[in-house]
Amino acid sequence: MSQLVFDPTKVMDIDYTKRTEYLDRLEALRAGMRTLKEVPFQPSLPDKGYTNRTLYVNVGNLEVTEKPVTQQMKDVFIGGRGFGLYHLWNAVKPTTRWNDPENEIVISPGPVAGMTQYAGTGKSLVVSLSPQTDIPIDSNVGGFYGPLLKFSGFDALELQGKADKDVILFVDGVKGIIRIEEVEGGPEDSHVLAELLTHMYAEDEKDLPNVSVVSSGAAAAHSLIGMLNFSFYDRRRKCVRFKQAGRGGIGTVFRDKRIRALVVRGPKVAGDLNHPVDPETIAKTGIKYHKEIRENDGGQCMMRRNGTAHIVEIMDAYDLLPVHNFQYGSHPDVHKIDSAYWQQRCTQATVDGCWYGCSMACAKGADGLVLKTGPYKGDMVTVDGPEYENAAGLGSNCGVFDPDYLLELNFYCDTYGICTITWGTLTAFVMECYQRGILNRERTCGLEMTWGNAEADLEMMHQMARGEGFGKIAGMGVKKMKEYFIKQGWGDPQLINDIGMENKGLEYSQYMSKESLAQQGGYALTNKGPQHDEAWLIFMDMVNKQIPTFEDKAEALYYFPLFRTWFGLNGFCKLPWNDVVPANNSEQPEAHKVPEHVQNYVDLFSATTGVKIDKEELIVQSAKVYNFQRVFNIRMGKGLRLHDAAPYRSLGPVTKEEYESRAERYDQQIVTEMGLDPAGKSTEEKMALHRTWRTGRFSKLMDSVYARRGWTSNGVPTLERLKELGLDAFPEVVDVVKQHL
Amino acid sequence: MKQLVIDFQKCDAGRNCNHECEMECAIKVFKVDDPAQAALQIKAYEEGGGKAILCDQCGDCMVVCPSEALKRNKLGVVMIDKQLCVGCYMCIGFCEKDAFMRNPDWIVPHKCTSCGVCVKVCPHGALSIVDVPEPAVRII
Ligand code: SF4
Ligand code: SF4
Ligand code: SF4
Ligand code: SF4
Repeated sequence: MSQLVFDPTKVMDIDYTKRTEYLDRLEALRAGMRTLKEVPFQPSLPDKGYTNRTLYVNVGNLEVTEKPVTQQMKDVFIGGRGFGLYHLWNAVKPTTRWNDPENEIVISPGPVAGMTQYAGTGKSLVVSLSPQTDIPIDSNVGGFYGPLLKFSGFDALELQGKADKDVILFVDGVKGIIRIEEVEGGPEDSHVLAELLTHMYAEDEKDLPNVSVVSSGAAAAHSLIGMLNFSFYDRRRKCVRFKQAGRGGIGTVFRDKRIRALVVRGPKVAGDLNHPVDPETIAKTGIKYHKEIRENDGGQCMMRRNGTAHIVEIMDAYDLLPVHNFQYGSHPDVHKIDSAYWQQRCTQATVDGCWYGCSMACAKGADGLVLKTGPYKGDMVTVDGPEYENAAGLGSNCGVFDPDYLLELNFYCDTYGICTITWGTLTAFVMECYQRGILNRERTCGLEMTWGNAEADLEMMHQMARGEGFGKIAGMGVKKMKEYFIKQGWGDPQLINDIGMENKGLEYSQYMSKESLAQQGGYALTNKGPQHDEAWLIFMDMVNKQIPTFEDKAEALYYFPLFRTWFGLNGFCKLPWNDVVPANNSEQPEAHKVPEHVQNYVDLFSATTGVKIDKEELIVQSAKVYNFQRVFNIRMGKGLRLHDAAPYRSLGPVTKEEYESRAERYDQQIVTEMGLDPAGKSTEEKMALHRTWRTGRFSKLMDSVYARRGWTSNGVPTLERLKELGLDAFPEVVDVVKQHL
Repeated sequence: MKQLVIDFQKCDAGRNCNHECEMECAIKVFKVDDPAQAALQIKAYEEGGGKAILCDQCGDCMVVCPSEALKRNKLGVVMIDKQLCVGCYMCIGFCEKDAFMRNPDWIVPHKCTSCGVCVKVCPHGALSIVDVPEPAVRII
């Protein structure tokens, strides 16, 4: 792997405190606000990681109640995503859809969240019924909202109902006040709204870091792909920054409920607010990890320097970077958006953790971007990262290699409240449809959606934010666009289905899985849809080559989705687990699991909660929630084998050009994998052979993985498996499964 | 900037002293009767000579502190503001000299203030406070 050397003299000299401010709009916003309800509560700090109560707010009928956290909730669901799924299950019926008032958005940080000593411990987990998939979606997001909510006194927040006019929910964890306010007028887009609200609710300058805002933006209401921004106050830059709960359209649910924003004001953060049982173990483990970052990061992933964008050139070198809607795996212009570039463009020597104590500090920021388009044209803004997903999705996958445009796309996705990953994949689909004549200028109402046309890409997004034009069609997402194009008779349905990169209604994230069987399963055999956070196996499979056999891959698809689920139960970030490893990691048995770090997590959990676990019990904890979520999907009418099907573009070459771009590899596979001779066969014939072989292999993988997970060949958890996990204590869960056995 | 330095020609690493420097630092500066909590630690090597853990006020910890709890005072000394500290211990993990200290009984870590209390009690005159230029901020 090529390793970039950091050269501080090449860092761009940008005054990172300079940007357009919007504070002059504060009074106008305040003037449009009116209190609908105010209730007092008793603020409290967690004990062993739990505050032992959750907050329920109905924004429709203004009901505000506290609920106790039961021992069963802790034993079975742990917290975070587990609590989210538990509350959501109780709130909805099988017939509930995303825009019904009973759908909920649940935000829960998890028992470990808010710890300040270990990297990646400030996550909130957000769960809701998705407008894109009609099943539960879960999102793991940084920013300060979750930890500050917990330090105010709540392990979770349930939002239900629908308001008539926009509302803001304010939780003041210092004074003990919960307030629902109506808001007329004022900004909707996050970079303006969150700046104003942070200043409005902070007592003074020093209090700014204790305020966090959850908000979306103008495009969320006009699309199904809305996202939530979770803010944190960047003390060095003196500005409000965001991390995103991106996938699955939770921002759309949020705006459909007419929630403009959630604001929390927590107490001043200190190192012991979780009141863990064993602070000494936490301190030692944290310091050991910080040292590891200091000593190893520069020679390993350089996450602290570049953030996740460090893998752009690695993916390109291994032919795994999505280019032109996942057709190709590399591009000659990638050097324009690789990590060497971002290293210069992102401000260095500042503190880029999305919560205190994150020494991995991947939340990079590019300062001083002057916008060229849209409603904020001419403003100077600070933009996130970009992260790898954005460089690949908004960049190479759409053929955009101009870094300033890439940053502008990233900025507008964020402030408009839409998911960058989804936008990247759906725009790439639109562009390929344009390339293949499925779309044309007339059908896009004048947008010239050619590869790399960033201006058209941005215009499509601005249209969506205004709720007009082709942008509105794009905002339905790939699945609904496919259906719409086919219904209009705009092209060969099979081609449209083959190239539309979605599964369960969710767009693929930005890895080319075509040549990695493990990643094909890692995407399609997920609970929520093809998002790499459940099983990011491509690196392990293709770069590090740690899971070579079919059996290894099937086993990885059992272990890693469970292992990674666990982060979301507790409020951990996944990156610090394997984006730096101990110097001697490769000598350890099962090096790809990073055993020393697994032990760190076991220790941190036990030291916080006092519940002694080991690495096997960690997997059992996850398996309970993972299988519960699978059953939840089945209850909502999905979650079966047919819903795990993958678009062929994710499995193999759909078009002649794709085949020919890798002809040598593909011809070779005809010999070694199929025992046939490619000589004299046409490309079409060879493609057909591959299709049969690749879909067959994927189907075989499904069989093995389902069996290993304790599911039937239709993907349904067996009663034995449910019993083993203690989920038979929930009669409703058993009933759902029984109908499918 | 004020910096504490040691002269190993003079310091005998506890062979003919009682680690007065550590004891005095712990008691006078950090109000705790335990030399292990002093901001300087002097270790003797068996083969003779010794090694000191001293803060040279390089400022690396300041760069990584997420809550701006570490700042230079008028004398250029890196000081911790306990009110702002969130107890993340990144300062400890990133100090290449292992000079950022932690008492298991306290949540806030502590470090040398270049106050010179230890200088005065060293029976061999091995310690001194010198004035050196502030180093440039490092990107770490
Ligand atoms: S690694 Fe990045 S995403 Fe994870 S906690 Fe740290 S800053 Fe946040
Ligand atoms: S404690 Fe360490 S990092 Fe901080 S100023 Fe002293 S020597 Fe430098
Ligand atoms: S422990 Fe305190 S002083 Fe040290 S880096 Fe963290 S917040 Fe700053
Ligand atoms: S200069 Fe002061 S704080 Fe530093 S080691 Fe000596 S006595 Fe302790």
